[in-house]
Amino acid sequence: MIDLKNLTIEKAHQMMKKGELTSVELVSTCLQNIKEKNKELNIFLEVFDDALDQAKKADETIKSGKGTKLTGIPIAIKDNMLITGKKTSSASKMLKNYVATYDAFVIKKLKGDGAVLIGRTNMDEFAMGSSTENSAYGPVRNPIDPSRVPGGSSGGSAAAVAANMALGALGSDTGSSIRQPASLCGVVGMKPTYSAVSRSGIMAMASSLDQVGSIAKTSEDAKIIFNCISGKDEMDSTSVNFLDFKVTPNKKIIGVPRDFLKEGVDPEVLHNFEKSLEKLKKVGYQIKDIVMPHLQYSLPVYYIIMPAEVSTNLARLDGMRYGLRKDGDNVFDTFKKSRSAGFGPETRRRMILGAYVLSHGYYDAYYNKARKLRRAIENEFKKIFEDVDFVVTPTAPTPAFKFGEKKDPLAMYLCDIFTTPANIAGLPAISIPSGFSSSGLPFGFQFNGPLFSDDSLFKIGKKFEEIKGM
Amino acid sequence: MENLAELAKIELSPEEKKGILKDMEGILEYVKVIEKVEVENSATPEHGPRNVWREDEIADREFSKESILSQFPDSQDGFLKVKKIL
Repeated sequence: MIDLKNLTIEKAHQMMKKGELTSVELVSTCLQNIKEKNKELNIFLEVFDDALDQAKKADETIKSGKGTKLTGIPIAIKDNMLITGKKTSSASKMLKNYVATYDAFVIKKLKGDGAVLIGRTNMDEFAMGSSTENSAYGPVRNPIDPSRVPGGSSGGSAAAVAANMALGALGSDTGSSIRQPASLCGVVGMKPTYSAVSRSGIMAMASSLDQVGSIAKTSEDAKIIFNCISGKDEMDSTSVNFLDFKVTPNKKIIGVPRDFLKEGVDPEVLHNFEKSLEKLKKVGYQIKDIVMPHLQYSLPVYYIIMPAEVSTNLARLDGMRYGLRKDGDNVFDTFKKSRSAGFGPETRRRMILGAYVLSHGYYDAYYNKARKLRRAIENEFKKIFEDVDFVVTPTAPTPAFKFGEKKDPLAMYLCDIFTTPANIAGLPAISIPSGFSSSGLPFGFQFNGPLFSDDSLFKIGKKFEEIKGM
Repeated sequence: MENLAELAKIELSPEEKKGILKDMEGILEYVKVIEKVEVENSATPEHGPRNVWREDEIADREFSKESILSQFPDSQDGFLKVKKIL
């Protein structure tokens, strides 16, 4: 029996190269695991029936000596990424039977490396939420404690890695959606620099904030996936060749925005955060208190810009060209009936909110002001990165919470308080597991880096994993 | 709320209207803090807008007409079928 719990992508690759393990064996073990636990945990919306065929093909590639680090590695895919011929629903009733007509850029890249796409993972509908409770197909249960949420929106992807159903996963992150679930499930989650990974074939939520990234057991594994999926793609006009812009901060100074951590943070989370800072200090990093007066506005700015873009992006789902259609008396009635039947409550709330902040009379006060503040936050980070390598915070203000605990939408939105700044400023950020609470729930430690410092984040993440046990 | 629902092309039940209205009050109260913040019109950041336009060119795409047609909720003779607009 394969010890999946301690098996990383790196290790599995070495073993397969040496002939000690085959992809078929590895994928079969994951599939067995899914079969045993998915009914309870609701992580996968679909397990692909060709997973073993992909594994067989990968084994042949490895045998011929042409494999890469990801060849034969089972990867779970968030249900908002297109895979030709497979259903992609964004966990919405709206797209329940939608079959993708092309591969997302990141999927093409994974296929090119011979990774095994094992299935599509549950999520908050259209990636909106921080608990997966907004999925039209029921929430995911946290593998560490099934009475609690896995975080969201990429809750299924994070849980798939935590429950050893895949060795890595793809998620998308608009305000927290890779890092917060990774933190709540005790795995590594990385949101790359905006434009480092193409979003072609990813269902758009808020286009100026959306980014695809990796979830894995270690920083090294997250890096292996990032290296595969990053790169310039002409189908995403924001995409650039990451390597042309790469920066490597090396002052060995870490900035802590103390004022930002004062309110609404669980005392155990803060204690764990302080302990992590001490460990970093012991291995030679200088810890510096920094003042970033605009940082506190990241979340309010986010909750204006994001719904505005959501209301625009989801306008395409009108029951005309694909997805659910409910016929009405005329074409406008059909729009309304289809959208009302297809979208869940949180999605409707955000579209209404978006319509409001963009409407005549409020546009300047909300949307334009938020854009100006966004610029101010970007500049504040730019200035701070002249003095420090990374800005660190806890990933989430609390560990995994119980189902139904955050019924008030604003209480749910506050889960994203520490993760939205990276999306607002386009920065790369990584969440690394940093220990457990008294009740055994995982904590996450977040590093934010300057634009295009992605490689350095993987490096400091690896360092952090080494000193974690100190 | 009715106007917003019309703009968003969503039908809302009376209860849902009430619920969303209450939620929005809370959310708007929270995001309103930005009103009071003074910000100058600062310079464009590094990853700001850049020209990505190109000439139109005909190129092969991997998806087929059939695969897209198969996703239409309703079609006739290879055309998307919708209700009369005018």
